[in-house]
Amino acid sequence: MAAPAIDGWFVTDDDGAVHLLGTRCAGCRTVYFPPQTGFCRNPHCAGEDLTPARLSRRGTVWSYTNACYPPPAPFAAAEPYTPVTLAAVELAEEGIVVLGQVKDLTVDDLHVGMELELTSGALADGPLVWMWGRA
Amino acid sequence: MDVVIAGTGMHPWGKWGRSFVEYGVAAARAALRDAGLDWTEVQYVVGADTIRNGYPGFIAGATFAQALGWTGARIASCYAACASGAQAIDIARTRILAGLCDVALVVGADSTPKGFFTPVGGDRPDDPDWLRFRLLGATNPAYFALYARRRMALYGDTPEDFAAVKVKNAQAGSLNENARYRKTVTAEEVLASPMVADPLRLMDICATSDGGAALVLASEGYARRRGLSTAVRIAAVSTVTPSFPNTVLELPCFATDSTAAVPPPERTFRASIAHAAYEEAGLGPQDLSFAEVYDLSTALELDWAEDVGLAPPGEAGKLLRAGDTALGGRIPVNPSGGLASFGEAIPAQAIAQVCELTRQLRGTAGSRQVVNARAALAANQGLFGHGSAIIAVT
Ligand SMILES: [Zn+2]
Repeated sequence: MAAPAIDGWFVTDDDGAVHLLGTRCAGCRTVYFPPQTGFCRNPHCAGEDLTPARLSRRGTVWSYTNACYPPPAPFAAAEPYTPVTLAAVELAEEGIVVLGQVKDLTVDDLHVGMELELTSGALADGPLVWMWGRA
Repeated sequence: MDVVIAGTGMHPWGKWGRSFVEYGVAAARAALRDAGLDWTEVQYVVGADTIRNGYPGFIAGATFAQALGWTGARIASCYAACASGAQAIDIARTRILAGLCDVALVVGADSTPKGFFTPVGGDRPDDPDWLRFRLLGATNPAYFALYARRRMALYGDTPEDFAAVKVKNAQAGSLNENARYRKTVTAEEVLASPMVADPLRLMDICATSDGGAALVLASEGYARRRGLSTAVRIAAVSTVTPSFPNTVLELPCFATDSTAAVPPPERTFRASIAHAAYEEAGLGPQDLSFAEVYDLSTALELDWAEDVGLAPPGEAGKLLRAGDTALGGRIPVNPSGGLASFGEAIPAQAIAQVCELTRQLRGTAGSRQVVNARAALAANQGLFGHGSAIIAVT
């Protein structure tokens, strides 16, 4: 399988299930994505013990859009270019909204409140990123 | 004691292809002329920085001071993304209020490349502003589009509503000699322009522009002694940060803060920016004659109208459709024409908003004049959590 485009932000299990990797503060239980290390950003918490945490794989669409024109570098746009779809997905348990590319769905297939599930897909120049896909 | 706005100056917005220093100097000289003050009398200079014009842009205060001619004046340079200009105003005002100087010049100017704003160059995988392009291709308009789609889903706003914002702002901008876009547009033209980030079309999204703006700020006492205009006073400058957890997906972030441990704050970040300004001024939204808000997109103007308290959440569209926010309406929003007519010149834009506040409050806005303008608010937000709102009063 292709290498991830960024280390430590998501993981693929042997059975193919993709999980976002965040961190959780041992002191106040706040969850962070991308993974926050070293210190907790809750102003009422002095916690410095942040441990890796897998985030929920399913969430609901907070909002969505697409990029009708090829985004500029450092994005590697496919040629010929087809619009990249983006969705911001709300994970109920973590109380967090996470942005990601959407795999195999266009804006016409999406609506706010719809359930999506995490998967992964390749950037045009090869490496993998997390993507939201059909639940 | 109050700080008064003794002079305003602008270099017209456009795509002129010249150095930002030229625009800044032109705006500074115009502001000094407007104030009736000589450059050599300025005691303090603050430059709002630009990050796309090399080293001179990072230390804009010194760059402008050198260009105007070294006088030994004290200086500061500051960067706070879109809030840079407001931050520069805050620094100058605070120094005057502290009694450390009587009169200050605030300058911001930018020269911009064509097309989307792209991250600063190089391979920088630890910078979220670089990574969001690399991993997601998430441009600035993508974030504006997420907010726009959310309004449509939550409040039933339509692309026709967004187009109506552009039509309104283009109408106002056609009357502003400093605006880049001076043509009125129709809703049909907006709705026929190419889709950029669904549901936002090219004409829903503000361009990037060259431009320059400057203000002469003075203590009220100094202004009186020197016979400068004291007609317009700064009643508040809000530079608040968000409160944790910030539950709005902010540009350039990958995610919101989590509400797993701490419940969301009473106000969203944008709402808190205006709230702090109202508290400081001892005024409320009902006291405003008009507002200038940061319409990076047409839909975002509707968000801002609610965030600054002109309408309850979800009802800015109603205000728009009633004509209340147009020139001549009950509470005009962006009588300057807004970013829709200017395009964004980052470090100059918040200063330009205050130029409009001043002209309107002086009653010298010509065909754009808001009748009997007494108090106004300008609001914007800089990347990574730099709030900015300024209230000026007569
Ligand atoms: Zn904590």
